[in-house]
Amino acid sequence: MLEKVKETVAEALGADIDTITAETSFKEDLGADSLDLFEMVMSLEDTCGVEIPTEDLETMVTVGDVAEYLEQHKN
Amino acid sequence: MKNGRIAGTGSYVPETIWKNEDLEKMVDTSDIWIRERTGIGARHIAGEETVAQMAVKAARRALENAGICSTELDLILVGTSSSESIFPNTACLVQDEIGAFRAACLDVSAACTGFLAVYELGQLYIRSGKAKNVLLIGADALSRLVDWHDRGTCILFGDGAGAIVLTAEEQETKACEKIHSDGEKGVSLTCEKGTYLQMDGRAVFQFALSRVPEVIREVLAEADMAVEEIDAFILHQANSRIIDGVAKRLKAPKEKFPRNIEAYGNTCAASIPILLDEWNRSGRAQKGQRIVLSGFGAGLIWGAAYLEW
Repeated sequence: MLEKVKETVAEALGADIDTITAETSFKEDLGADSLDLFEMVMSLEDTCGVEIPTEDLETMVTVGDVAEYLEQHKN
Repeated sequence: MKNGRIAGTGSYVPETIWKNEDLEKMVDTSDIWIRERTGIGARHIAGEETVAQMAVKAARRALENAGICSTELDLILVGTSSSESIFPNTACLVQDEIGAFRAACLDVSAACTGFLAVYELGQLYIRSGKAKNVLLIGADALSRLVDWHDRGTCILFGDGAGAIVLTAEEQETKACEKIHSDGEKGVSLTCEKGTYLQMDGRAVFQFALSRVPEVIREVLAEADMAVEEIDAFILHQANSRIIDGVAKRLKAPKEKFPRNIEAYGNTCAASIPILLDEWNRSGRAQKGQRIVLSGFGAGLIWGAAYLEW
């Protein structure tokens, strides 16, 4: 799951996938704002069949946080 | 079958300008925050001016540009969701001012897709042979519908009007339009009478990013055109980030997406015809150019059109 999230993050934010780890922070390391996150999770939600409510999304700081959430909630 | 061709364009925005810096004094926001998330730098505010008055000014300019007399108009359609008058409708108020006594005059309520809706209807009137000269207007003053204490929404909108004249083309040109609606998702962008506009920003953003590229591909398939063959994608100016996202999904260069959101914000139904007018008057419009229009917004309603200038 982490690999899938890393790929999506790299694609959506135009970042180098080799520099992305579970600890990478969307805001601090990648300069992403809320709209970037909304755009990024769209494709993850589609491929994983998981909907991430905005209130949950707001608590996620790192790439690992999103991967963990999807892992826990996938069917 | 005759399609309508754009014979003239016109637009009008009120004189009063509120820059982002002015909004900093009203709500907890900043110029940089607004610019980064929306691309907006300023918006025009109608104040005492009515939607119909703005529509009349845009209409006169479009008629003059087209070289058509108001009495030659068979139809006036106005896309608006913020008219001060419940009735008479805005189209009849425009008719009275410009003296278009032969025209049938109707308003269409489709929020930010209002212009696309009147554009499709105008084309259908022309294709059916019922009309030869059609005046299509998008005019809104959402500054009256937003809560100026809500920093999430008030920063987004501005007021204005745009108009085009469509005339039945003797030569065959290609044109097609498609509009979709999803009332089930309507709750994400609402404005009930006597209340302020409410928006679920994430839902609307994601809606636009998924549906707009989809409907653009749909009309391009019908027109038998590839994305690469299009000269300009004239999108509803809701948010620069949406336009960027649509360009990315269509794999089209951002340069093919003209924008003026920096100066006007989201002018609802007026955004597309204002941009068409700027495209025309700045000399960028050329005969035969392949143009895609796309609108999207409350309803939810979204659509796209393919046309040849």
